[in-house]
Amino acid sequence: MVWKIVLLVVMTWVIVGAFILPAPQQAIGEASRIFYFHVPQAWVAVVAFLVSMVASVRFLRNGNRLEDDRARVAAGLGLLFSLLATVSGSIFAKVTWQSYWNWDPRETSILILLLIYGAYFALRTAVTEPERQARLAAVYAIFAFVTVPFLMFVIPRVLPSLHPSDSIVDESGSFAMSLETSVVFFPSLAAFTGVFIWMYRLGRRVTTAERLRIEE
Amino acid sequence: MPKNSIGLTAKSWAVLRKDIQVEFRSRYALNAILLFGVTTLTVVSFSVGQKNLSGELYAALFWIIIFFSAMSGLAHVFVREEDAKTATVLRLTADTTAVYWGKLGFNFLLLSLLEAVITPLFLMMTDAILHHFFLLLIILFLGAVGLAGATTLIAAIISKASVKGALFAVLSFPILLPLLIGVINGTTKALTATGGVTQASSELQLLTSYAVVMITASLLLFEFVWEE
Repeated sequence: MVWKIVLLVVMTWVIVGAFILPAPQQAIGEASRIFYFHVPQAWVAVVAFLVSMVASVRFLRNGNRLEDDRARVAAGLGLLFSLLATVSGSIFAKVTWQSYWNWDPRETSILILLLIYGAYFALRTAVTEPERQARLAAVYAIFAFVTVPFLMFVIPRVLPSLHPSDSIVDESGSFAMSLETSVVFFPSLAAFTGVFIWMYRLGRRVTTAERLRIEE
Repeated sequence: MPKNSIGLTAKSWAVLRKDIQVEFRSRYALNAILLFGVTTLTVVSFSVGQKNLSGELYAALFWIIIFFSAMSGLAHVFVREEDAKTATVLRLTADTTAVYWGKLGFNFLLLSLLEAVITPLFLMMTDAILHHFFLLLIILFLGAVGLAGATTLIAAIISKASVKGALFAVLSFPILLPLLIGVINGTTKALTATGGVTQASSELQLLTSYAVVMITASLLLFEFVWEE
């Protein structure tokens, strides 16, 4: 219970701080405030993918349907957050680069993530037998996760990036975030992760309850 | 884990040979994939006509043809087993790993055949100029290995689902994207004068590692799809 109150306080600070402190990238201007919300959304989308993959591996190892519920809920939240990250990023792209879509490496990666989540649920709806559905979905989630290193390391090398790369690390790779930005960004990262955990726990309980009701 | 004295290679070869024989009885996958390829190629050639496009565009068009043709026929290797209700017999008589290698080999042959037909036709019917024949050959080979390696497992998944057609492309596309980027960039370098094998080393590395990783992952995951 306590952590939910802490989450409320931190999230309130993030929302207020994101608007009252100086914009994180002076060169880009006010639009760069979206950084405080957009990056944590993308972060949660990736974390959800990881959670879903780990739960899928565990499901294939022990066949416990609870793990499948976990994988499914994490994938659902991943779909939601990758949509949010895509939309918020697209708005930012329109403001700064005059186009909603540029095939920037990170735009490409998040789009692929979105497609993978979409395909994952398309597969789930196409298989009616629950046990088989769980197993095939788990195999697909792991198989799709294997391609992530290629996307992370290969695409940025082939496609030129427009992303403001110096907001977290500078060109030499060292940490380069101003103190004013850090006091909002890191709480935001924590708060979004907290929201994810909360939604995940609720969703997992609902999914398990629904599954048990159908099985009865 | 060989159950008897016959090695894995011989068993995989037996599965592959069986699939080739079954295929030549109906020629369904072969016809579907080749006709789809030729049709798409005609559409592309008809619409770009005698316009002189850059190598980049030709490479992209070429791989779009190959990708969608592959999507029309590669799932058949497992769907056929489910439709003909022969999957159970195969499951009882053959090693899981041998089944995977056999089906992978079949899909690889199918893709090689598709490429062998489409590539010369593509070069004839468009104004694309081939500058580096050897590089294109390597890219085509690695592309076929990668495509077959990534889609054979997806084909096995699809064969267990109730909707098969559209789902195959939907499930395959996000997984194939790194491969498509690699083959398109590699082919661009084969179609431009400044390219060449030495210029395309990063693409060749990407395609090789992609094929190895996807086939390894498929080998680990295949038993969960195949055995019930």
